[in-house]
Amino acid sequence: MMAEYAAILFSMILVNNYVLVKFLGICPFLGVSKKLDSAAGMGCAVTVVMLLATAVTWPLQQLLNALGLGYLQTIAFILVIAVLVQMLEIVVKRFLPPLHEALGVYLPLITTNCAVLGVTILSVDEGYNYPEALVCALGAGLGFLLAMVLFSGVRRRVEEADPPKAFKGMPITLVSAALVSLSFMCFAGVADNLFGVL
Amino acid sequence: MMAVTSNKPSALSVFSKGLLVENPTLRQMLGLCPTLAVTTAVTNGIGMGVATTFVLVCSGIVVSLLRNAIPSNMRLPAFITVIAGFVTIVMMLVEAYFPDLNAALGIYLPLIVVNCIVLGRAEVFASKHPARDAALDGLGMGVGFTITLVLMSAIREVLGAGTLAGFQVLPDFITPMNVFVMPPGGFAVLGVLIAASVALEMRRRKRAGEPEDDAAATQEDICAACQICDAKEREA
Repeated sequence: MMAEYAAILFSMILVNNYVLVKFLGICPFLGVSKKLDSAAGMGCAVTVVMLLATAVTWPLQQLLNALGLGYLQTIAFILVIAVLVQMLEIVVKRFLPPLHEALGVYLPLITTNCAVLGVTILSVDEGYNYPEALVCALGAGLGFLLAMVLFSGVRRRVEEADPPKAFKGMPITLVSAALVSLSFMCFAGVADNLFGVL
Repeated sequence: MMAVTSNKPSALSVFSKGLLVENPTLRQMLGLCPTLAVTTAVTNGIGMGVATTFVLVCSGIVVSLLRNAIPSNMRLPAFITVIAGFVTIVMMLVEAYFPDLNAALGIYLPLIVVNCIVLGRAEVFASKHPARDAALDGLGMGVGFTITLVLMSAIREVLGAGTLAGFQVLPDFITPMNVFVMPPGGFAVLGVLIAASVALEMRRRKRAGEPEDDAAATQEDICAACQICDAKEREA
């Protein structure tokens, strides 16, 4: 049992990293990764929302299936995520003002973050049970956090570089993202050896 | 471009601005996730482009028709619901008639819902213009998005697999560079394509005698480019 969870967690963080391998959540990855603290803040906020969203959408999917309404998945999930993010913002603002100060600005950005909707749909598609789905969401969030933090370090060096004029800004950032992504490619073999077939 | 001076832009300019000048991917940096993810083969690129165009046009028309009925503080949830409805229709159509494409696009098909091109056009254009213009704007943006996807997937497929739309184009003795169809290739090819579009824009401005400083893609915060959060801040 534990080995299965570890395999899912490891695979979601490193092998199938949501940003660098699956291209989910590219907008915040490129937009909010300029400074380390904002990158970490965004990563933490996304992790929390992913966990909460999966905790709600997985039972919801069972309910939809039982009612024969499986095709409503997309509409139901996106509305659940939108409501959750709003509620989380209200609750955090009311009870944890310092946390709201730190993470609040990132919360509205998360509603349309495809990584969150992605992880909820993916854990249903993969046929995970409830604990597995939660581990999958946790792994996806931590992977996102890891990619954000690593890339914010790369960004700091890139900002100081002097590329050709046409490459300034987004193009050179994308090319450096390619190199970071390349370094994540090697984990595919590691996972196979550690946990057997994934 | 004459139409810019008049208050009512011509139908052609509403349609054509999405193709190049305001190309959603290369100039506005919107919808990067599907652009990077599905462009490993030309057929996937076309499929994704057509599916997104359908959603753009349909949701644009509906949002435009409902623009006076939706209260402004409820509009984003309302737009998302409209868009999610059309995405569900697309998913059902693709699943029924193009099972191969459905398998290739996988999770990226339902994720059209959170493609910021679609929500961005609903917020910025369709909610402020009549239905005909909204449809043309959606069509233009959709075609511009499709062109970018096809261009990018053609480069990646030829270099990475030696084929184009499934047909062998590179001679046998050239080994395809696999990295181009893998994730790093996506980032690199998109970066070079955006740089190329910036270079073209700079040349055009130089010829036209316009200042070329802001031609570079130095978008400070690309999240802001989708203007959804701007809209939220205005409300607050």
